[in-house]
Amino acid sequence: MSAPAHHVDDQWPHEPEKATLEGRNKVIGFWLFLGGEAVLFGTLFATFLALRNQIGDGPSAAELFKLPMIATVTAILLVSSLTSVFAIQAMHRKEVKAMLNWLIVTVILGFCFLGMEIYEFVEYVHEGHTFTTSAFSSSFYTLVGFHGAHVAFGVAWISILIAQVRKKGLNLVTAPKVYVSAIYWHFIDVVWVFIFTVVYLMGKVG
Amino acid sequence: MAHTVKRHRGIMDWLTTVDHKKIGILYLLAGALFFGIGGIEAILIRIQLIKPMNDFVDAQTFNELITMHGTTMIFLGAMPIILALMNVIVPLQIGARDVAFPFLNALGFWTFFFGGILLNLSWLIGSVPDAGWTSYLPLASVDYSNSHGVDFYTIGLQISGLGTLIGGINFLATIINMRAPGMSFMRMPMFTWASFITSALILFAFPAVTVGLILLMFDRLFGGNFFYVPNGGNVVLWQHIFWIFGHPEVYILILPAFGIISDVVSTFSRKRLFGYSSMVFATVLIGFLGFMVWAHHMFAVGLGPVANALFSIATMLIAVPTGIKIFNWLFTMWGGSIQFTAANMYAISFIPTFVMGGVTGVMLASAPADFQFHDTYFVVAHFHYTIVGGLVLGLFAGLHYWWPKMFGRMLNEPLGKVTFWLFWIGFQLTFFIQHFLGLLGMQRRVFTYLPNQGFDKMNLVSTIGAIMMGVGVILFLVNVVITSTKPKNLGNDPWGDGRTLEWTIPSPVPEYNFKQTPLVRGYDAWWKEKMEGNTEMPAAEPVGSIHMPSPSILPFMMSVGLFVAGFGFMFAKDDFGNTALNFLFGNHLIAAFGLLITFGCMFLRSVKDDHGYHIEPEELEQKGVKA
Repeated sequence: MSAPAHHVDDQWPHEPEKATLEGRNKVIGFWLFLGGEAVLFGTLFATFLALRNQIGDGPSAAELFKLPMIATVTAILLVSSLTSVFAIQAMHRKEVKAMLNWLIVTVILGFCFLGMEIYEFVEYVHEGHTFTTSAFSSSFYTLVGFHGAHVAFGVAWISILIAQVRKKGLNLVTAPKVYVSAIYWHFIDVVWVFIFTVVYLMGKVG
Repeated sequence: MAHTVKRHRGIMDWLTTVDHKKIGILYLLAGALFFGIGGIEAILIRIQLIKPMNDFVDAQTFNELITMHGTTMIFLGAMPIILALMNVIVPLQIGARDVAFPFLNALGFWTFFFGGILLNLSWLIGSVPDAGWTSYLPLASVDYSNSHGVDFYTIGLQISGLGTLIGGINFLATIINMRAPGMSFMRMPMFTWASFITSALILFAFPAVTVGLILLMFDRLFGGNFFYVPNGGNVVLWQHIFWIFGHPEVYILILPAFGIISDVVSTFSRKRLFGYSSMVFATVLIGFLGFMVWAHHMFAVGLGPVANALFSIATMLIAVPTGIKIFNWLFTMWGGSIQFTAANMYAISFIPTFVMGGVTGVMLASAPADFQFHDTYFVVAHFHYTIVGGLVLGLFAGLHYWWPKMFGRMLNEPLGKVTFWLFWIGFQLTFFIQHFLGLLGMQRRVFTYLPNQGFDKMNLVSTIGAIMMGVGVILFLVNVVITSTKPKNLGNDPWGDGRTLEWTIPSPVPEYNFKQTPLVRGYDAWWKEKMEGNTEMPAAEPVGSIHMPSPSILPFMMSVGLFVAGFGFMFAKDDFGNTALNFLFGNHLIAAFGLLITFGCMFLRSVKDDHGYHIEPEELEQKGVKA
């Protein structure tokens, strides 16, 4: 164990993300934004639930989905959420190097997730499950694709933040940015838990 | 640190401003522009209906007019004028120097503006949305609307809706975090409370319609099957998504009007608002119930008696908190020394007019009766009583009331009163008679009707009323022009009876709002100090250097990027008869270029720190606070 935080830097506040008014605004604003995002995904889930049995001439969910693969990507994304927690804990202790390393691990896991999702989509297209096949396929690609786009945005965002912290250091301007990107990452993770349940598990059994 | 940031002048100042008061004025100008366009569309609709079998416009143009009238008035006319008042007034009422996110505030305005411009460019390009403002499927599908009209609707509203959503988040964060010391939630003026609840409704309602619009866009542009029945799509799904947004939207429109009326009536009755806490509670309750009633727009779809009964009851429940508000306004006036200024005339006339809209609302909420009223002029009369007789009267009241604070000049009062009577009588002439047209069976959205069904004279009266309203609006513009030539010589509190913090600072407001953050000691903070014989607010801080955010062109550029991308996606499959253009659009290069601008600007914003600049105490002294 390294020395406790208050010995490292007396100036470093307990919650650096909320130490300035700008930081507090950023955090509350971001939570509000996630409230809107929850409605966005809620509507997409409702659409998927309404249309998921309308498979037309295309393959059904039970025929398409391969749970071992999905379980693997789920594990990857859950672990990436954990690593982002480690990054924030390091940030609170002002251990810049550890924080950056954990963020890099998070980004790498995000890339793994994206790579496997793209592979999964390509496989489905080969099996005749394209965006235009049926109402089920359209709503599947829209819901899961929206989530994937969020992961891609998050990966790009956190990468930019890593570069910024390297250049400008960790301070009361950069700390709130890192903090909200971690909240965003957890949100993506929670959405995926619902996708795993509603899309994949329910698709397999019902 | 001071003045390291260049301050722009002229047009660049307006393109780069992050000052909430200037952004408010931009919203007002843009709102007035779109309100004018929507108003002209309304007059054209009424001219077409002035007599039976009229051929002033053809059926297609009529469909385009009603679609664009509804869409423009709701999304591009009413919303920005509300946001204009919220922008200028809310930070002042809570004693803040700025909003929580000045940069995002500018971004919200510009995305809204470019979305609206994109939608209205459809008139110039010649394929106009024509599937009604609700854009029901399958009418709005490629099979039945194969021009670009509905694409303008889906993409324009997505971009402008994004701006509104950003505005909503900004006001929530501002009101939660930026209140002056002592300004607890239960001391906030009613307009701020209404803005708070409205912003929450925006936050939870707009993402739903964004998804709906995206799904419709995917269906139309990329061959999706969400609403395409042969491949398993479901057209009722669109109606659910649209109205889950659409019903909260009408409360997004009316709640700010409730807030304005509360402040205006209280000021010009020289009395504390009656039942303040019940007003707050009623506002919150209306906001909450607003999400529970969407299916009352779908009684005739066939959701079954249980669903219809539940939504019927939920809808009628809203009459309770609304009734609380109506009585509170009446009791506020009771025993007050009422001044009939133009602002107060709009506010007082709002009360009976809105009650009429509310009563027809309860009639429509009764599902069996709705089967008779559905899609007739009775419905048209109902929602114009709530939106024009509610919101627009409220907005006129608010504009007259806060005009001196926004511009430092008082609108001409006698002319304001003439405008009021013209507009108000015109309004009643136009819409009162439409209740009876509807009950007689005249369908809405029909471009003409046969003679001798009892419709002829009533439609004539309605059209005369509409023209009177148009003249009223023109008179208001004349008033604005006359006023703009007068000198700016108003004091802090030009009405003399101001109750809230915006009346403690100069008119127009300096860029830093408050030289010293005020200390709030009770509800109606300024009135309380006046009653205790004080001539200014107690300060919560010594005079010091004030930090200001830097202006930025990035919000404007981001919105331009979205605008370009919107066109890129829309015309990707068109044949321009020009290889270069076909190549650029067909490969989505234009769309990619637009998105690149937007994301590039986001990147710049993230990596470039905004240090802002400081206004030093000496400069505050030089500018001088008016005696």
